[in-house]
Amino acid sequence: MKNRSLVSINDFSIGEYFKILDLAEKFEEKPNQRILEGKVVALCFFEPSTRTRLSFESAINRLGGRVIGFSDAGSTSVKKGESLKDTIMTVANYSDLIVMRHPVEGSARYASEVSPVPIINAGDGANQHPTQCLLDLYSIRKTQGKLDKLDVAFVGDLKYGRTVHSLVIALAQFNCRFHLVSPEELKLPSSVKRYIKDANLEYRQYTDVTDVIPFADIVYMTRIQRERFADQLEYERVKNYYNLKNEMLANSKANLRILHPMPRVKEISNDVDNNPKAYYFQQALNGVYVRQALVTSILGLE
Amino acid sequence: MEKDKRKELIVSAIENGTVIDHIPVGNVLRVLRILGLESTLDPIYLGANLESKKYGQKGIIKVANKYFKPEEINKITLVASTATIIEIKDYNVISKQNAVVPDRISKFVKCFNPNCVTNVEGLESKFDIIDKEDIKLLCHYCEKTTKEADFVFI
Ligand SMILES: [Zn+2]
Repeated sequence: MKNRSLVSINDFSIGEYFKILDLAEKFEEKPNQRILEGKVVALCFFEPSTRTRLSFESAINRLGGRVIGFSDAGSTSVKKGESLKDTIMTVANYSDLIVMRHPVEGSARYASEVSPVPIINAGDGANQHPTQCLLDLYSIRKTQGKLDKLDVAFVGDLKYGRTVHSLVIALAQFNCRFHLVSPEELKLPSSVKRYIKDANLEYRQYTDVTDVIPFADIVYMTRIQRERFADQLEYERVKNYYNLKNEMLANSKANLRILHPMPRVKEISNDVDNNPKAYYFQQALNGVYVRQALVTSILGLE
Repeated sequence: MEKDKRKELIVSAIENGTVIDHIPVGNVLRVLRILGLESTLDPIYLGANLESKKYGQKGIIKVANKYFKPEEINKITLVASTATIIEIKDYNVISKQNAVVPDRISKFVKCFNPNCVTNVEGLESKFDIIDKEDIKLLCHYCEKTTKEADFVFI
């Protein structure tokens, strides 16, 4: 993995992902170490994403590395019309690794081709967000003790939800059963279902979340995002479609965990937070360990 | 041989150059455009809706004094996967081959995704051809699929 970019979840092999997850476990045990001393990591956020940026910053700071960068393209020369290539080449002069988030799809792949230092994609438009997928896999493995033969339910916006697409594609390699809960308008696209079919795995589609609660090992909730809708009327129709309440979890399995890539709006009620099956805050924290593992692996310092 | 030769003379014989035969009906002008032949000064002969044993009807293009590199010819398979490429020297056929749909293609087609980095930054497009029958192009950058109906040639 040393000096390689991570742009898409398909860039690394399953074996390499397991190495990262194993290493992340070690960082969970001991998150503060001086491994990145003397290293500079650039965080280039061409669009704001406070959560992802803070998670990377925390991961790097806890390992003694330095962070430079920007959190919004508005404050940079990008606004003055500088090309992506020029920005990346400039930032690469000042850093050992670039973490980038950009609203344009394919921008991270392009950056990885022009940059002399490795790139970690922290989201390129609606395309890929591989570190989110890694922390989801980490959270599932940690709570279930395995990644295969699980009943995984995805709930909400399965059509535009990038994290759902990546996680379905990743889990299709692990013999899981997929339960797809969404409004009719927001079903999982067939281009993603193809991965499930190609792996000869089962999926079922539902509109009611209570149908899957009794047997699910993982319920992966998602937010229905206004900005993904071209048609605002359609958004109004589906925005409050799901609202998971604590009482709905009464008949669930003991090992069930509720995941959510965050931020949530109304799809999970606050009264779920105190249920030990609610795992979304810990899930976000796992992102720090996974990013520590990834950064150190790419810099060849683990 | 004589008979074959006469058949190829249907549109008009060329002394030297390339014949692109078995073009699907309706795509003759598109092939011409893809090969950038609209501005060439050498004679070009076009035939459309001709009788074809194999395909019912076909189109044909004959370009005098011009030979194409494989990568130039590759791009026409996107609109003419059935095409045969025949090279002529001194009125004789010196080679005859079927156009091959390549595994990868760049430059010639735009990614249909307006929010793709190739369109935003004005880069050369780059695709893997993931379906060679019902041609589908997977963008190397944005990972979206451009279908035949959405092709815009550069
Ligand atoms: Zn593209």
